[in-house]
This record gives sequence, C-alpha cells and structure tokens, in this order.
Amino acid sequence: MPQGDYIDLHRKRYGYRPDHFERKRKKEARLVHKRSETAQKALGIKGKMFAKKRYAEKALMKKTLIMHEESSTRRKVDDDVHEGSIPAYLIDRVYTTRAKILNNTIKQKRKEKAGKWDVPLPKVRPVAEDEMFKILRSGKRKTKQWKRMITKATFVGPGFTRKPPKYERFIRPSGLRFTKAHVTHPELKATFNLEIIGVKKNPNGQMYTSLGVLTKGTIIEVNVSELGLVTPAGKVVWGKYAQVTNNPEIDGCVNAVLLV
Amino acid sequence: MTMEVEGGEGKGKTMLCLLTDPDGNPLGTPVNFPLNTEPQHLQQIVNQLRQNEERLPYAFYIADKELVESLGKFAEKNKISVEKVLHIVYQPQAVFRIRPVHRCSATIAGHTEAVLSVAFSPDGQQLASGSGDTTVRLWDLNTQTPLFTCTGHKNWVLAIAWSPDGKYLVSGSKAGELQCWDPRTGKPSGNPLIGHKKWITGISWEPVHLSAPCRRFVSASKDGDARIWDVTLRKSVVCLSGHTLAVTCVKWGGDGFIYTGSQDCTIKVWETTQGKLIRELKGHGHWVNSLTLSTEYILRTGAFDHTGKQYSSPEEMKQAALERYNKMKGNSPERLVSGSDDFTMFLWEPFLKKQPKTRMTGHQQPINHVCFSPDGQWIASASFDTSVKLWNGTTGKFVAAFRGHVGPVYQISWSADSRLLVSGSKDSTLKVWDIKARALKLDLPGHADEVFAVDWSPDGQKVASGGKDRVLKLWMG
Repeated sequence: MPQGDYIDLHRKRYGYRPDHFERKRKKEARLVHKRSETAQKALGIKGKMFAKKRYAEKALMKKTLIMHEESSTRRKVDDDVHEGSIPAYLIDRVYTTRAKILNNTIKQKRKEKAGKWDVPLPKVRPVAEDEMFKILRSGKRKTKQWKRMITKATFVGPGFTRKPPKYERFIRPSGLRFTKAHVTHPELKATFNLEIIGVKKNPNGQMYTSLGVLTKGTIIEVNVSELGLVTPAGKVVWGKYAQVTNNPEIDGCVNAVLLV
Repeated sequence: MTMEVEGGEGKGKTMLCLLTDPDGNPLGTPVNFPLNTEPQHLQQIVNQLRQNEERLPYAFYIADKELVESLGKFAEKNKISVEKVLHIVYQPQAVFRIRPVHRCSATIAGHTEAVLSVAFSPDGQQLASGSGDTTVRLWDLNTQTPLFTCTGHKNWVLAIAWSPDGKYLVSGSKAGELQCWDPRTGKPSGNPLIGHKKWITGISWEPVHLSAPCRRFVSASKDGDARIWDVTLRKSVVCLSGHTLAVTCVKWGGDGFIYTGSQDCTIKVWETTQGKLIRELKGHGHWVNSLTLSTEYILRTGAFDHTGKQYSSPEEMKQAALERYNKMKGNSPERLVSGSDDFTMFLWEPFLKKQPKTRMTGHQQPINHVCFSPDGQWIASASFDTSVKLWNGTTGKFVAAFRGHVGPVYQISWSADSRLLVSGSKDSTLKVWDIKARALKLDLPGHADEVFAVDWSPDGQKVASGGKDRVLKLWMG
C-alpha cells in the first residue's frame, strides 16, 4: 500500500489511463478464478489457513441468502400443537408448572437422604488421630500404651462420672471441658452465652461425636430458652442447633453460630 | 276469601303484614296475620290472591332473610316490632325440583388430551366437548359412549357453543379459527371461519327470540376484537374492534346488544346491525374475566324448557322463546354482572346507565367465573381463593360463602330449578351446594386431575365434567 499520496496527486494532475477502468473491471472478474486456483493448488499450512477462511466466508454467505429468502415469503404464524393444553381462562396466567415443583421436591428429598445440610461451614479441615490423642504410657514399666488423652476441647454432660481409672481408655482433662458456648445469631448479629446441651455431630467421625469432642465445624445443641423463641404453634423453643466456628483448644472458649 | 284465625285476635297475637312481589308491587292490602302462620299458609294465600290455577311453590323473604318457621318465631329471633307493617317479599320457585346428582354413572375416555370445555345442547339431549387434542367429540347420553369425533381444528379447541335451536355447534380453537358442525352427523358444515388473528376466548349465539332459525353468533378473541359471523353466509359480517387488549368474554343479550369484557378493564356494549359502540362500562381495576346476564339461562335454552316439548317450525320456536323471555324478564331491565382480577364484581344495568349499580367485594383472589341462576334470583361467583360466594340477584348483596374446595374453583353451573349449584375446581373434586340450606350438599370426587369444565344439563338429569385427566365424567342422580 502506498505510504504517501503521490498516486493520488498524479491522478489529480494527469487523470487516469484511458483503459484504467476497463482493466480494473476485468481484473476483478478474473479474481474469482484466481481465488479458485489458489484454493485448489495451495499446500501445507498456507492451504489449511486459506481453506478455513474460505469456509467461513461460504457459511456466512449461505446464512445471508437464507435470511433474504425468508423475508420474501409471507409466513403465517403456525404454532405446533403443544402438550399441556389448558382452557382459555388459564392461558394468560403463567404459573410454575407442576413438573418444576415436582423436580424441586425430588431434589429436596435427595438432599435430605444424602444428609447434606445447609450449614455455615460446610467443609472443615480433618483432624488426624495423632493430633487429637496423646498417648499415655501406663503400667509399672510404662510399656502399656493403650490409654489416650484427648487434646481438644470436649463437652461432658452434667451427670458425667469418670470410669474407674483402671478401665478408662479415653481421658478428657477437666481443663479442656466446656459447658457454655458463645452463640451468635446470624440475623440479629448478637452473641449470647448459652449452655451446651449436647454434641450432635462431629464432622471428623462418629467416634468423636460419642466422645463429645468440640472441634471446628461440630454441630452442638444449645439451650435457647433465654432468647424466648416460640414456634408458630405456640410452643416455646428451648433447644437449637449451632455450629462451632473456632478452635476451642487454642482460644479457650467455644464460639458458635446458631443454625436458623 | 276466608282466613283461619287461630288463638283469637289482638295486638299481641297478630302482625300487620304486606305481601309484595320481587319488583316491589304489593299484592293486596296489609293484613293481620296470626303469629303462628307458617310459610305454607302464606303460599296458599298468595296462590289465592294471584288466582293461580295450580298450586305454585313460593319462597318468602323478609329483609333478605328467608322465612322458614312461623312468623312469631321469626319476629322473636330478629326482634321485629309488631307495630309496624312488615313487608314480605314472595319469590316464585321452580315448579319442578331437580334431584341432586350423587354418583358418577360413567367415565368415558376418548380424548387424548385434556378436556377444555363441555356443553349440553339446549334441549339436553346431546353433549359436546372440546379438548386439547384439537377434536370436538359428541357423546351419546343414552348409552354413555362416544358418538362422533369431529376433527378439523389446527390447535386446541378452547370454546364451544350450541345454537339455541340446537341445530348447530360452533367451536373455536387456539389457532383463531371457528368451525361449524352439524351435531346429528358430526360433519363440519362448511370450511373453517378465518378472521381472528389469535386464539378464541368465547362464543355466544344470537337469541332465538330475536331471529329464528339461528344464524348469527359472536366470537371473542385474544387479538382484541369480537366478530359477528353468519353461518349461512359463512363469513364475518361485522368486526367489533375497540378493545386495546384481549377480549376475555362475550355475551349476546336478550335485548339485542352484545356485551364484551376485556383485559383492558372495560366492558363495551355494542349494537349488532352495524357494530357501533353504544356504551363503555368502566370501573374495574384489572382484567374482566367473566360476564353473566340475568336472562342468560333463557337465552341459552331458547324455546326448550323442562317439559321437553319439541318444536317443528322456527316461527313456533321464536314465539315460544319470546314468551319465556318476557316472562322471565318482567318489567325490569336486564342485569349484567362482571367478575374481575381485581377481586371484585360489579352489578350493572347497562340499559339504564353506565354507572354500576353495586360493587360486590369479598373475594380474596381473582374471580374466574360468575353465573346468574336460571331464575335470576342469585348470582354465584367462583374464585381462585377456593370459595364460591352467593349474592342476591337483584341488589347484589352478599348472601353466603360456600367453603369446601381446597384449590382454585374454575367453573360453576346451576341446576335448572336454581336450587342446586355445582362447582369444579383445581383440586379435582366437584361439589354440589344447596342454596336453600346455604351449605354443601354433596361431594363428587373421582377425577384424577384438575377439573376444567362443568355443565348441568337443562333437563336437570345429568352433570358432565371434564378436565386434565382426559376423561369425561357423567354424574346422575
């Protein structure tokens, strides 16, 4: 392409060649054949690129032709006969179809079966056994290693009595036992100091649940009679679930968020 | 005229009463009635005063409350003073009494898609149903089996209407076309009538007392206009355009006007020779869903009545229909009730003025269907709030609410004697309500899915219902 305007200047000063326009027209007409020749003869990567470009052009041309053809014919609005016929007084009222509702209920049932609950912390870091338990050696020669001490915070009920020391395998140190939790209501954004009623589920395993270990992500049941919640039927709610949100053995307190 | 006076006369034992007819004209002069007069004594007296040849049944109302026990008990209950003259309105009841339907005599399958509309012929001998499978089917009532299948529509059949002389059946579809059928052979009589651009929402025939044999009918469509068609010319003679949104319902009145209700919240009254707009009734706040006229039942059944008499010539039919119409109408103008999505209904007297007479509120969801009783005394309304409400047919005052359905009530239909009402709902049951007792009479379960259409035959023998479960159910007494 010319970098200056010398071609234009020459044309302004001296005009075109006498056969300029004729030659231009004929050259453009020959272009079609030239393109076809290159399309057939080009090899290798050059050929592939050219073929791709040519194909895109062909597809576009076909689409425009179809579009033009469409507008030239007059087509009546021809609806197919749909399923799910409804009377005239219901046609303009679009409600969720029964199928959608059914689909939703099926999904709900599946979720319930799988036990996947909607909790604030869905995933927690798994706690390894050696992190959880400290091996206590016992016996005259300190060779017996069947006793374990739990290094995490635990909850034992109010009526808890230790098993006879000779037989207890799991030791829950009293320094790491908690009875109350700081429970935050997610909507009210207020925190209350509520008594723990029990450990519902520990995500690390049901052994830890039965031992009453409180790690991050554990679902506990707390006494909410302080809050004064009432069910729609009129009964007073006194127990609700909450999920532990911190590491109690590090912080020294149990923080939880109420599951509403 | 003699009157038995029991227990002696005296201020404490009798009451001064004046009997008036429903229009307010007094019958005789104020008379002293003893306090233990029962309604049947009053019936005898009215029959004598009116000089009726046969004993016609009457019901008595004092200030819109029905008189069921003796005058004295009624006065005590409602604390009516015995000093003033008491006006007792008597209403003629139908001579025949319809037995309530309580069993499903037949479940006829045949349609392959949901049944969208059912209609009995005016003489009650034939039954037609339109469905989503694009066919209209005619059913034999004696053997309770399918009779004819009329194919020809291109999309769902949304509306069907019998001509008042029973000679034609017209059906309208979702494709906007109307087709005329000959009910005796099941064949189409002519090509489909094209003109509307969107689906048909309602069809109404010209009353037979205005022109016999029946030739013209009007159809309403979603595209916003109503068209008057002539079946003999097989084309649209007048196009009533003016509504800006879909026309949801259309009724041809007995006085020769066409009433159209539309989604643009207005009701327009049209003149039928040239299609000129006469009145526009404004007042609703949302779509007008349904219209009903006080003379609707008479217009639908034409010359046929409960005696089952057949007529040979159109002139005879026209004469008989005119007599029935005049008897029913009396001196008062035709009343129109419109039910709307704004949860209210209006009672209009379109002949007199364009302000509504009464506004009837009380429903909590859109009203789908309103229907006058055959004698014009009551108005029933079916709404999506699962209740059916009963209103006084002349004043529009609320009378009773029928609760029992657990889903939106779609359609209602009256029995020919105006004593029973059947309603079909989304909860797949039909319920028969007793008007006198103002309570549920019978529950008719049996449909497997939503009930879209119900109709009570004009001879009162059968109820037909169809719905989403694709079967037609016939219920008998």
